Amino acid sequence: MSSQSYIRRPNRPLQVYAAIFLIVLYVPVLFLPLFSFNDSIYVKFPLTGFTTQWYVELFHREPVWAALMNSVRVGVTTSIIATGFGVFAAKAIIRYRIPGRGPLVGFIMLPLVVPGIIFGVALLVLLSQLGVPLSLYTVTIGHVIVCLPFAIATMIPRFEGFDPSVEEASADLGENAWWTFWRVTFPIVFPGILASLLLTFTVSFDEFIMAFFLSGSDPTLPMYIWGQLRFPKEFPSILAMASIILLVSFIVVFIGQWINRDAQATTLANEEDK
Amino acid sequence: MKQSDAYISIRNVNKLFGSFQAISDVSIDIRQGEFFSLLGSSGCGKTTLLRMLAGFEMPTSGEIFIDGQPMSEVPPHRRPVNMVFQSYAIFPHLNVRDNIAYGLRKRKLSRAKRDTMVDEMLELIKLPEYGDRKANQLSGGQRQRIALARALILRPKVLLLDEPLGALDKQLREQMQLELRALQKTVGITFVFVTHDQEEALTLSDRIAVMANGRELQVDTPTRLYERPVNRDVASFIGNMNFFEGKITGISDHRASVDVKGLGHVTTTNFDAKLKPGVDICIAIRPEKLILTENEPRNTGNKARGQMDKAAYLGERSHYYVRLDGISQPVAISAQNRQRAEGAPEEKRPIWISWEDDAFVVLEDG
Repeated sequence: MSSQSYIRRPNRPLQVYAAIFLIVLYVPVLFLPLFSFNDSIYVKFPLTGFTTQWYVELFHREPVWAALMNSVRVGVTTSIIATGFGVFAAKAIIRYRIPGRGPLVGFIMLPLVVPGIIFGVALLVLLSQLGVPLSLYTVTIGHVIVCLPFAIATMIPRFEGFDPSVEEASADLGENAWWTFWRVTFPIVFPGILASLLLTFTVSFDEFIMAFFLSGSDPTLPMYIWGQLRFPKEFPSILAMASIILLVSFIVVFIGQWINRDAQATTLANEEDK
Repeated sequence: MKQSDAYISIRNVNKLFGSFQAISDVSIDIRQGEFFSLLGSSGCGKTTLLRMLAGFEMPTSGEIFIDGQPMSEVPPHRRPVNMVFQSYAIFPHLNVRDNIAYGLRKRKLSRAKRDTMVDEMLELIKLPEYGDRKANQLSGGQRQRIALARALILRPKVLLLDEPLGALDKQLREQMQLELRALQKTVGITFVFVTHDQEEALTLSDRIAVMANGRELQVDTPTRLYERPVNRDVASFIGNMNFFEGKITGISDHRASVDVKGLGHVTTTNFDAKLKPGVDICIAIRPEKLILTENEPRNTGNKARGQMDKAAYLGERSHYYVRLDGISQPVAISAQNRQRAEGAPEEKRPIWISWEDDAFVVLEDG
């Protein structure tokens, strides 16, 4: 027998396709860092020279830092709330017999497919009816809705991956539900929680539409960037900032995936045991 | 058994899952220090019953008492029982020592005392070098022992075991059976053991409850279950059995005379005193209690003529099937090959079967 199975053998057309796929996906994005080091306020070829002045300029602009801090605060709060809900929702979905579980999960995942503008308008109408002033809090509410499906989708494989009798064993050995959660469930799903925190943070950090509808006088970073696009001389600094955000997002998402890498493997191993 | 003897008392327990009746009106008493098995094929309700003792399932009706206390309001973590799970349920994020010490948190022991207890347990399960291993570095047998140690370190009054040997290969299984039995004698804890393996149940248990369709069919010692099954279901679940139709013709001096179709007249003391002459009954005999001879045996009236149908040679013993006049089903006979076997016996050859007094059992159902 050949060690290469039908599916695993090298496939030249597929490799070419994969390469084109990645190029189409990422080359436009790579123009951001490229022009952020270009010595001209106009974004056009040919490049005129190398400079780091846009980064230096960015560093000295107060409103950028204020917007960044707003985004970080919203992102951290959102990720904690969404992940907190996500843990318990995923546990409930996997562990308990819930009538109508399929439709329920579908509803929870709905924000992934419903255009953000619909949720944004809906929330705006609701909040103004209730007389709630728009602020970073209202942005956070919107972001939690957007992020919840990501949190749940990250946590579900973690809960699928471990044997429920482990929790029963803890109860059997004398621990109540609270201690069982902290001594058994939490440590086992912890990598999923970290991954979910990182993922939901990046989603919130990048989010524009909800913030557009729901923010008050304090802009989040994407809002600020949007506002600055009108001024050509500000544009290179925006490119510099976008490059930094890009880099940080990549790192955060990769760390998240890496931490959660064994969730799938654990699931498979458990399947084999049965 | 008297009520006061019972350490665990299951009283008229029913369990419904939706409209499915998993347990129907089960009442079983288990004594202190007993090795008690729940035996039955899959889906008979034995695991559900065990999980109700642990507190993971609640009876739909009826009550379970442990040490005289009703258990219906007591959650799993407050019950004086510990369980060894079928999947072992070893905590994957903890090493062996922390797994074993898991239940000790509430005891507020000093670190040194705790370590000594864990060391003793590792010694008991013969894995003293394995304390720092992770759960995924262990074999099935080792996990099983750790699950056992984790429960035993708490000195429970009752240890519940859910098919703990099911996942092990035959050799390891037999070794663990002996160790489990020895361990139970050493620690003196009441064991409630769930299994579908009748041989395992007979080897290990002081008493066995045979279950089918959510009911207990018979609760008895292994010998009584084998020698005096109460009905056909128990008789055919444990070992092999030949069944005959018959009618009680007379009862005198604790001895029933039965007219058996195909065999003629049989007497036995193994019958229920409730039965009266004239009743149609089912009468049964184990294959190894029938004796096969070529010539008509003398000095006994317990004999019948037949014809050899088939023979199967199994090394240490042989199985024979003999046809008797008047019954369609051939009678199974198991005999040890004490002498060297000289080829298979001819088919259709006339032979005699005989049996000792009281080898037959009268079953309740006719």
